[in-house]
Amino acid sequence: MIDFVPLWTIILGLAVFFYVLLDGFDLGVGILYGFADRREARNLIMNSIAPVWDGNETWLVLGGLGLLAAFPLAFAIIMPAVYFPILVMLLALVFRGVSFEFRFRDAEHRTFWDHGFCYGSAVATFAQGIVLGAFIQGFQTDGRHFTGSSFDCFTPFSLLTGVALVFGYGLLGAGWLVVKTEGTLQAWARNKGRWCLIGVVIAIGTVSLWTPVLEARIAHRWFDWPNILFLSPVPVITIGLGLWEWRSLNNKSEVAPFIGAILLFLMSYIGIAISLWPMIVPYQFTLWEASSSPSTQAFLAVGTLFLLPVILMYSAWSYWVFRGKVRADIGYH
Amino acid sequence: MSLDPLLLSRLQFFWVIAWHILMPAFTVGLASYIALLETLHFTTNRAVYLRLSNFWTRLFAVCFGMGVVSGVIMPFQFGTNWSRFSDATANVLSPLLAYEGLTAFFLEAAFLGVLLFGRTLVPRWAHLIAACMVAIGTLFSTFWIIATNSWMQTPAGYEIIDGRFFPKDWLAIIFTPSFPYRLAHTVTAFYVTTGFVVVGVGAYYLWRKRFVEDARVMVSMTLWLLTVLVPLQIVLGDMQGLNTREYQPAKLAAIEARWDTASRVPLTLFALPNETTETNDFAIELPDLGSLILTHDLNGTVQGLKDFPRDQRPPVAIPFFAFRVMVGIGMLMLLLIAVSWWLRLRRRLFDTRWFLLGCTAATPLGFLAVLAGWITTEVGRQPWTVYGVMRTAESVSPSLTGRDVLISLLGYAIVYLIMFPAGGALLARIVKRGPTTEQHAPVEGGRAREAVTATPQVTEKPPLGAGGHS
Repeated sequence: MIDFVPLWTIILGLAVFFYVLLDGFDLGVGILYGFADRREARNLIMNSIAPVWDGNETWLVLGGLGLLAAFPLAFAIIMPAVYFPILVMLLALVFRGVSFEFRFRDAEHRTFWDHGFCYGSAVATFAQGIVLGAFIQGFQTDGRHFTGSSFDCFTPFSLLTGVALVFGYGLLGAGWLVVKTEGTLQAWARNKGRWCLIGVVIAIGTVSLWTPVLEARIAHRWFDWPNILFLSPVPVITIGLGLWEWRSLNNKSEVAPFIGAILLFLMSYIGIAISLWPMIVPYQFTLWEASSSPSTQAFLAVGTLFLLPVILMYSAWSYWVFRGKVRADIGYH
Repeated sequence: MSLDPLLLSRLQFFWVIAWHILMPAFTVGLASYIALLETLHFTTNRAVYLRLSNFWTRLFAVCFGMGVVSGVIMPFQFGTNWSRFSDATANVLSPLLAYEGLTAFFLEAAFLGVLLFGRTLVPRWAHLIAACMVAIGTLFSTFWIIATNSWMQTPAGYEIIDGRFFPKDWLAIIFTPSFPYRLAHTVTAFYVTTGFVVVGVGAYYLWRKRFVEDARVMVSMTLWLLTVLVPLQIVLGDMQGLNTREYQPAKLAAIEARWDTASRVPLTLFALPNETTETNDFAIELPDLGSLILTHDLNGTVQGLKDFPRDQRPPVAIPFFAFRVMVGIGMLMLLLIAVSWWLRLRRRLFDTRWFLLGCTAATPLGFLAVLAGWITTEVGRQPWTVYGVMRTAESVSPSLTGRDVLISLLGYAIVYLIMFPAGGALLARIVKRGPTTEQHAPVEGGRAREAVTATPQVTEKPPLGAGGHS
């Protein structure tokens, strides 16, 4: 029997990363939206993501279902453990999702839906950050069940990762807006991007120092010889990316800030993966221990390997249709 | 009173899925209707089809948005509240759910953007294809979710090792005994639901004497469709009933409030089922008809609830009444179709005011029937999540306290009670504005801020006489 676990680790890893990038930039755009004060600017900001946001959010469903399908034990332990962050995230996403249509068609309550959009985006992001922090910290289990309390996930560390993700998505959102807008709005996005980058750099630094303190195994993973030699490029590249991002937010380049933000996320993602490998329920179950039956993974792999490229193709096409600077005449008016 | 996380989790699941199911009940049919209108516009170039397509697409966008956000919540329910169910069934069920995401959600999402905002950006044929892809996506989605539900109702193709389900035969897992009937019954229900909304809105315009040409197309075309679909739905429902009798006899007994196994059973029109005395109070019955309908044989035997241990019986009153609501609505729909033909043949379809008013009042009937039918089948499945194998009580997440679930249930209650009424008000507003070609953008500084979509200039066929397009 072929071992499908590596394949599913890659697929799920990609799905989660796509989610973080795609919904990351449109949640980030939602967060920044709250800082824009002119109606026209707000319309443009919202229209820059209107045609693509629900496709982006679909990756969240795929990430959740992919975890259930490939590593059901992880799904069954982690989901109840992060009961409240998930609840808050889902409710915030409801407000944010409907405000696209509602804000535009329900002019009397526009302010309410404006708030729904930006607070919804910010709260959903913060909640996702808490999920990330709780995940890194690990869970109290007995056999195949989570046995802790639904409030265990709220710790200083997870609150920090929550704030970190708000800055991170904000940076992605600012990068997206630099790509999609021009003139004063673009300059505004660059300015917001710089603030977010400062937050991101502080957050990455703090989390990177705090994580090894939190868990001795992670400290050994990074600092034991010869690991420290092989792994030292990760922080070095990240620092380099941070500097490059700062420069591209300040010069004229239009695509570089978005690319830089993506690469910063990629490096953080790789960093977390190195820290936790090969655990899927940190410090309790490895990817192999939590995996679904080989027949399940094989049955789903056949379709996924065919469908995922097709999905990427037509999703790319729908981005292509709406390429270029966001126009006032496409989208909501 | 102590708070029971099991009961509260069930209430929460009911609450979030009951609202959610209303959205696909409408958007599945509407996506196909929009694809049909786009095809008609593409082939005939008649402007009325473009106007109608744009109009219904506006309504579709609002409902689809609410469907997406309430749908994202659903898979997470499995994890947060039903983790033991997830752990036990994931090997079998998770690919079906994942395939729903892979084949349907992305298709819908990617092409919806083009359908909504891309009319001026892509060639006409590409826009038509986008409309068709959205429609196909909604049908794929229905296929997989009904396959999942059917497996829970009539599980097959699995083996149990250490209390967890493992797949043995994927075709048997997808095509379970109840799946074809449930799928046909559900899709038809969704189409009928959309049909009555379209007829209701069209009749409202005719009644108010607005958008008369567009309204006639809506009403006439859709009543044709419903003439086929409503009787078909009754046949499909009957077939699913036979299937339920074979595979879920306890559910059927609850639906009929039948306590004793007997042949030549009566048809119970109304009763108050009493679970303590195991009898029906105030029963109104028609002799022998029960056997005829349920078994297609006057002497057919129907199993009673007393054949099943008490702890394996579903609640009786809820499926009993929900089923009667569903069937009652079906009969009402049939009556409306019959009346429409009586009027159509007399060429009075579009100007009989009481009929138009009746059609408008019938707008929500499909939604009520879908809800009632869904309640019938899901409550009838109790006390099991996987019929006959895994109990609902064994499915809930062990870490949850009653307080946890009460908080989350209140959260969902408050948010849904803001969102869905707001969405409903918005839909009403769009309907009030109607299938107009006038631009809704505010004109600022005397200049439209919006590109004007050119509609192909074609001469409209003059409307036929008072009889209309029948």
